[in-house]
Amino acid sequence: MSVTTMRREFLKGILKENPVFVLLLGMCPTLGVTTSAVNGLGMGLATMAVLLGSNIVVSLAKNVIPDKVRIPAFIVIIASFVTITDLSMAAFLPPLHEQLGLFIPLIVVNCVILGRAEAFASKNTLLSSIVDGAGMGVGFTFALTLLGAVREILGSGAFFGFPLPFLAENPILLFVMPPGAFLALGFLTAAVNQSREKWDAAVRRRARRVREVAATALVAGRTGERS
Amino acid sequence: MEYVVIVIGAVLVNNIVLSQFLGICPFLGVSSRVSTAVGMGAAVIFVMTMATIVTYLIQYLILVPLGLVFLRTVAFILVIAGLVQLVEIVLKKVSPALYQALGVFLPLITTNCAILGVAILAVQRDFNLAQATVYAIGSSLGFVLALYVFAGLREKMDLLDIPRAMRGAPIALVTAGLLALAFSGFAGLV
Repeated sequence: MSVTTMRREFLKGILKENPVFVLLLGMCPTLGVTTSAVNGLGMGLATMAVLLGSNIVVSLAKNVIPDKVRIPAFIVIIASFVTITDLSMAAFLPPLHEQLGLFIPLIVVNCVILGRAEAFASKNTLLSSIVDGAGMGVGFTFALTLLGAVREILGSGAFFGFPLPFLAENPILLFVMPPGAFLALGFLTAAVNQSREKWDAAVRRRARRVREVAATALVAGRTGERS
Repeated sequence: MEYVVIVIGAVLVNNIVLSQFLGICPFLGVSSRVSTAVGMGAAVIFVMTMATIVTYLIQYLILVPLGLVFLRTVAFILVIAGLVQLVEIVLKKVSPALYQALGVFLPLITTNCAILGVAILAVQRDFNLAQATVYAIGSSLGFVLALYVFAGLREKMDLLDIPRAMRGAPIALVTAGLLALAFSGFAGLV
């Protein structure tokens, strides 16, 4: 696989096919744990670890697993990595493990992971599966950290635990409560949609300009031939 | 009385969708029509209650006596996947009419995190079997209530002129936020 396609595979998970803002997958942890930026980051990294592990094993075992039982086989692979992550976090990061609670075992049913196993890792080589998992994982982590940061800044007036001047005295408590999760994600998704639309329009405009220039050059060339 | 408190707590106060964020995918995915929301809701009530009972028995009859509690995640998800498949096969044979109504929703349920979430919560909270069953029924009723109300709201939204960037998921999330705000009024009820 060439470097350009690898870069494209990696970047698509972050921007064009961001699992949270564009594909709307893995909504439960996205909304459930993002009361602060640190929690979002921790959940994102835990999910990324599972995603990378399962993508690697699925891609290596794709020729061994019979087609009919592939989904249960994928689920067992994913559940094993979730158990590894769960127990490691309980051992090395007990406070974060406590905060994320139920949502760590629930990484098993995160549609992003099963989705990548089924749609990508079971059809592609080891290297591209690793790149795909890394891209999707970074995109997911980015989205969760962003949402966590927005909710933390508005809801408790802090950024990664550091209190901010004016906001710390006037926190909007709603944003760390459940309704705030829905509202913040709703408006963030709308902002992403808006900027994507602008971006697409800019790309279309540029393509049209290139076509026009090419057409003029072509016409000029033809008339030049005749004269 | 104790059971009433569990049910009210699960349906209104700690609604699994609106305050615990479980089962958001079907909540956003199948809520554009009231009729599909009802079908999905019925399938969830059925599977969630059965899954909680079965996983509860597995936890206390197999995993705890054998000291295999660390296998809980793997065991529970496999049991739920198998159970969904079994329900599908049995339903197809026994009641084709019900299968027609619920059939398309059953495969989707395996990846519904509410099912696994409630099964784990019921074990974590040290309920006995009867309490766990009541808790599962209450939670699934809470899911149905949230899904039904939300689907009703979204049907009305079809007729509105929504700004371009807000169409689809963003407006659905904001609506869910307002619904969650309304449900947070039940806090302190039990």
